[in-house]
Amino acid sequence: MSASQAAAPAHGAATARPVLASAGPGFVEFAEVEKSYDGRTFAVTRMNLSVARGEFLTLLGPSGSGKTTTLNMLAGFERPTHGTITLEGQPVDRLPPYQRNIGMVFQNYALFPHMTVEENVGFPLSVRQVSKADIAARVGRVLDMVRLKQFGDRRPAQLSGGQQQRVALARALVFQPSLVLMDEPLGALDKKLREHMQLEIKQIHTMLGVTIVYVTHDQSEALTMSDRVAVFNQGGIAQLGSPDDLYNTPQSSFVASFIGENNTLEGVVDRVSGEQCRVQLNGGGEIAALAVGVTQGSPCHVAVRPERLNLSAAADGGNALAATVDGRIYLGDHLRLLARLANDQVLTVKLGPEATMANGETVTVSCAPNDCRAFPADAGTGGAIPKQGKTT
Amino acid sequence: MSALQPSELDRPTLARDRSAADADLKSVSAALRRAEFGDRMRSLLLATPLLVLLALSFGIPILLLLSRAVYDPTIADALPKTTVALAGWSGQGLPGDDAFAALAADLKDNQAKGTAYELAKSLNARLPGARSQVLKTVRKLESADGQAALEAMKSVPFWSAPSTWPTIRSGTNSLTSFYLLSALDLRWNAAGGIERVPPEQAIFIQVFLRTFFVAASVTLATLILGFPLAYLIANAPKGLAAILIVAVLLPFWTSILVRTAAWTVLLQKFGLANDFLLFIGVISDRLDLMYSRIGLIIAMTHIQLPFTLLPIYSVMRTIPPSQMKAAYSLGARPFTAFRRIYIPQVFPGVMAGCMLTFILCLGYYITPALIGGASDQLISNFIANYVNVELNWEMAAALSFILLVFTLALFGIFARVLGLDRLKLV
Repeated sequence: MSASQAAAPAHGAATARPVLASAGPGFVEFAEVEKSYDGRTFAVTRMNLSVARGEFLTLLGPSGSGKTTTLNMLAGFERPTHGTITLEGQPVDRLPPYQRNIGMVFQNYALFPHMTVEENVGFPLSVRQVSKADIAARVGRVLDMVRLKQFGDRRPAQLSGGQQQRVALARALVFQPSLVLMDEPLGALDKKLREHMQLEIKQIHTMLGVTIVYVTHDQSEALTMSDRVAVFNQGGIAQLGSPDDLYNTPQSSFVASFIGENNTLEGVVDRVSGEQCRVQLNGGGEIAALAVGVTQGSPCHVAVRPERLNLSAAADGGNALAATVDGRIYLGDHLRLLARLANDQVLTVKLGPEATMANGETVTVSCAPNDCRAFPADAGTGGAIPKQGKTT
Repeated sequence: MSALQPSELDRPTLARDRSAADADLKSVSAALRRAEFGDRMRSLLLATPLLVLLALSFGIPILLLLSRAVYDPTIADALPKTTVALAGWSGQGLPGDDAFAALAADLKDNQAKGTAYELAKSLNARLPGARSQVLKTVRKLESADGQAALEAMKSVPFWSAPSTWPTIRSGTNSLTSFYLLSALDLRWNAAGGIERVPPEQAIFIQVFLRTFFVAASVTLATLILGFPLAYLIANAPKGLAAILIVAVLLPFWTSILVRTAAWTVLLQKFGLANDFLLFIGVISDRLDLMYSRIGLIIAMTHIQLPFTLLPIYSVMRTIPPSQMKAAYSLGARPFTAFRRIYIPQVFPGVMAGCMLTFILCLGYYITPALIGGASDQLISNFIANYVNVELNWEMAAALSFILLVFTLALFGIFARVLGLDRLKLV
């Protein structure tokens, strides 16, 4: 879609369009992109990434995983040491940030303190030589969209954090960029406001059909907002997929533990048969699990979600582990039971609030093999993509 | 009396409650005021030693000195009889013989008390050449009394000159505008109006202008040199920034006299600066850098650089790098971003630094005295000269007063234009 379509917030739902446009060459393409600051270690290693037009893609990862570097390279603040980034089919490596026409929302908003809200939002238009009357009209429309119309003549310091955030958003959208980058834009807000703003940003995305690349380290934020999430670890993408994919079919121990909550059991693969494998747990016990890249005889990590564990009798072929109740955590809508296995490992089991097991009671923890995922142990703690040298 | 209605019972009770609540509120706010008053008094008490010291060593002496610019009782004290005799004089032509006689008697009294020289000096300040005439007359009067004294007075042409008696009469008035007017190259004319002094006597306006010019040049030079350096330091990695800051501050820690002396070594005709310029071939003849305006400005710029730089630096440090990034991402070219985003935000620091340097330069004394030539002396050098050499404290006070007024006016304009709360001195 063209920039003019992406714009015009006044048209509102008229421009609503299906998220995740059709296949074909990506709107944004990273090809073999590498970034190193000192020539020896890599902030980003050999990254390939394609963002579709109109997509909401989140780069999720712990700090230092390369997600912000990736965003900065896309914005033009950093240059890749290797590889190419293309935007709408055009390589942008030699394009300075001010010629890329990309809207950006910064972590601390980066509002200009000496300008009013209107002047802040009008800034990208005034540097584009838009006429005064036009600026006023477009600033009015976009401030209306973020519901800040009556604050136009205030200065940023006179606004609350959430309002400042909306000003930053309005400023990044007002010049109708087809791509908007957001670098942990909600990091400074409290939980309630953050959740509210997540929905608001999502709404604006749907309304304008603009492509958004969003950086966060908060996995629930990523799951709430994104069409797709790229999980970053140690300078590379550990897994790229829909929130559903990432939660239900993580491809590595890192993703399994980073997205949502997981119980991790350590063991050795006894044998692999088709999709499944049997794992001999360290300290005794045996469990059937889905084999995700494990080989026979190798150490592995088995991940299973707390809500996939239960205390009812195991179905045919199901896993059953003897345990004693070590503690109960009452959370209103559900109950968390800490179950200590024979090998002293403690599993978290998510149960309905009506569960009555008392401390010290002996229980059998069971789960279906398809809910257990066995990952190679080496990639588990260290990360999915080992660091590569420049020689590759 | 059991027939009382509940409502009748209630009403007074409610009223009482309300007034009690009001009273409570009042007593609470009164207690709060008392507590705050106590706090204020305590903090004031802590500051008292400083305030007393400032008043005794700073405020009162300055006021006393400045008052000498408009209050000079020397002549009135020395010539009591003349003061009385001149009371009825119209001010036109010469006064009557009684005034001459009274002046003769006053002069003899002064000679007897040993204050004749002081009187002569004081008159001389207002009437150039008066000193020798007074002393000559005093000698003539030594052996003369009565009519002889009157004749002795008349025999000295000075006492019959047209400007003498008006000056004496204005001198017998302890409150005088003479020094303040002189500091602005103005004087009272015979007709009672204010006029400019003849060009050959006018010096101070030129000196004030020179002082402002030098201060402005130094301010501009420190800004041109200091701004990029402040930017470099503010954006350098931590370690490098610390080294650069020390390099800027290092000269700050040596005495101004030492730094000025160092500049005399560098700037003199056969000094390092000339040697170097000759060596790289920029000049073919040695320049007169010492005792010149340019040498003065170079040395003062060096001394003032940290004063301009530090406020700018401290403001630059508070501007996060994301500000410029945001401007770029919104489509601003580097120059536009710098002009519209960076400059407005560092402006308070720039103004603070420039104001600091400008005002300090207005009071420079040692550096112009050692490095400047005769035509590069600033107003402070003249003030010092009046205090130390001419012993004309009235003139010194008048010049100081004018300088102070100019400085405060400038500060007022700065503060008005910028707003004092936006000034970021540190």
